This record gives sequence, C-alpha cells and structure tokens, in this order.
Amino acid sequence: MRTPLSKVRGLGSAKDGTEHYRLMGLTSLANVPLTLFFIWQVVSLYGQSYEMVVERLSQPLVAVVMALVMVSAIFHMKLGMQTIIEDYIHGENRKLMLLIANTFFSVFVGALSLFAVLKLGLAG
Amino acid sequence: MVELTLPKKSRLTPGKTWPKPVGATNLREYHIYRWSPDDDKNPTVDIYFVDMDDCGPMVLDGLLWIKDNIDATLTLRRSCREGICGSCAMNIDGNNTLACTKGVEEVGGVVKVYPLPHMKVVKDLVADMTNFYAQHEAIQPWLQTKSPEPQKEWLQSHEDREELDGLYECILCACCSTSCPSYWWNSDRYLGPAALLQSYRWLADSRDEATGERLDDLEDPFRLYRCHTIMNCTQDCPKGLNPAKAIANIKKLMVERKI
Repeated sequence: MRTPLSKVRGLGSAKDGTEHYRLMGLTSLANVPLTLFFIWQVVSLYGQSYEMVVERLSQPLVAVVMALVMVSAIFHMKLGMQTIIEDYIHGENRKLMLLIANTFFSVFVGALSLFAVLKLGLAG
Repeated sequence: MVELTLPKKSRLTPGKTWPKPVGATNLREYHIYRWSPDDDKNPTVDIYFVDMDDCGPMVLDGLLWIKDNIDATLTLRRSCREGICGSCAMNIDGNNTLACTKGVEEVGGVVKVYPLPHMKVVKDLVADMTNFYAQHEAIQPWLQTKSPEPQKEWLQSHEDREELDGLYECILCACCSTSCPSYWWNSDRYLGPAALLQSYRWLADSRDEATGERLDDLEDPFRLYRCHTIMNCTQDCPKGLNPAKAIANIKKLMVERKI
C-alpha cells in the first residue's frame, strides 16, 4: 500500500558511491602502465630458469612495481565484481553473502600474490 | 537474479493474422504486441496489413489506421502526433522511439511494434508509467532557492541560460530509461537516464540554490551509479538529447566537490 514516491525514495540516499566510482577510475588509469609492465616482465622471463626470475624480482624497483600491479589489479577486480553483483543479484541475503565472499576472495588472492612477490624478491 | 527468460504468463504466443484490406495494392505488414488484462491469456503478436495508399507516412498513422479500419480494440497512447507530448513512445523495429515521428519508410520490411521494454503492460502498447513518474517527482524538478524572493523574476545571463539547452527539451517519453539495461534490472532503485537528465537540468541551473542537497540525494550506489555509460539512452532519445552526458556531468560534480 506504499505510494509510488515512497517506494522510489526507499531508504534514502546512501551518501556513498562516489568513492567507488573514483577508485574505479583511478585503478583503471594505474592499470594501464602497470599491466604493460607486468606483460613485459612475464614475456621477457618466459622460459627462463627459477634463478633468473628470482634475480629479476630481487631488483627493488621490479619487486615494488610488481607488488603495485597486484594491489591495483586486485582492487580493480574487487570493485568490478562488486558492481556486477549489485547489478545482477537481487535477493538481499544472497547479495550480501556474495559481496562478503567477493571481499574475502580479493583479500585472499591479494595476500597470496603479495607474499609470492615478497618471497621471490627477498630470496635473492 | 536477473530474469533471462520471461515469466511464464508473459511469454509471447502466435496471434491472429487479420485479413488484408480488400482491393489494396500498397500494403505494409505490421506485427503488433497484444495483451489484455481482461482475460487470462498470454501476450500475442497479431499481424495486420495497412493500406499505405489510404494512410499517413508515420508508424502512428498506421496504428491509428488499424484501429479505425481493422481492429478497434488495439490500445495505445497518443496525443499531439508531432513529437512533443511523448505519449506514443513504444518499441518500433527494435528501438524505442515515438510512433508519431518514426516514418514507416525508415523501417525495412515488417513493422514490429512492442510496448516499451521491461515495463509492466497496462494493455497492448500501453506501459505502466507510475514508477517512472515517481522517479521524476523524487528528483524535485523545480527551482529551489533560499535567498529572499526577488521583486520580479530570478535573473539569469544568456550564457547561463544556454547551459540548459539540451536538458530542458526532455518530454518524459521514457524511451531512454526503458532502453537502459541497468534500468531494466534495477528500476526500483536506479533513477534512470530520464530522471537523472532532469536532475542535471536543475543542477545546471544558475538560479537554483539547492545544488548541494540535490547532489546529496543522488549520491548513492544505485540512484546514480548504476549508470555504466552503456549509451542506449542517448542512442534512443527521439528528441536527440544526451542523457548519458548529463549523468557523466553529475558524476563529475560528485567528484569535484570531494577534491
């Protein structure tokens, strides 16, 4: 029996969303050079020995930029997946569960990736 | 979850093929969506033949010709027949547009006419606009000021007035909002391109003093940020407006007041 206007106004504005939008744009921008760097590293290390990889990643600049690749790309992935879930999943419970799972997954993958970079970088 | 298939009672079934007008030689075939709330039947697509020698050039002319000459029960909204009232918005040949400004000649082959997509159907080509109008109301489309009322009118420079060009012309036909996938999936919370274009019309108005409050009301992951720049709105607007650009400008203002 709610009026149409009451339905549209709903719970009011969440006063949120701009930060998500801004970070999406910022990580997109960062991902352009970072991804190119990542591809360059992977291609140039293709078929090389483990020792070569360790040697490359022990260079501070390479290790740090590699870590930045992981942070920026995974952050971007998390934000993008969040948008997809919000777009397409309509049951409030299911949506909440998936949003939590998305955060946990992203943090887990991010931690693993950073650990891998550190391990290789500090092994040399 | 997004519905990839139509609900059982909304699925299309073949409809009636109405007889060709006797003696007519210049025929155009119309396929028209039919659904009535008065019986329990699924929607159908009925086939009609319009005598183009006896009928005006626009799709609306064809629909009214059918109503006058073949089937008086065909239901549609129309009023001005010149693209200013927005009543006859419908999906023609796969795009949302106004039947009164869409020429039959622009359509190749069969003229397919459906109601605006993803809206509840009242009957045949008439969509339920209740939610759409409530969204328009929700953005408070009127001048809001705190300063004392001037003796005469609120003044505006010619340059400031030009800022409203491309915004004030919206006729609220809903072609843009109902062409937007984000609006299809989330029209309960996403305001849609039409309401957002109108909101920007007031944000861009130099006389309005409620810019902050308006932005506060829009700052929401759903109300504004469901727009993913798909651009269907701009492609379909029968008035040639650019709602996607208006929404991008709102997002720009949102970022601008943070940095």
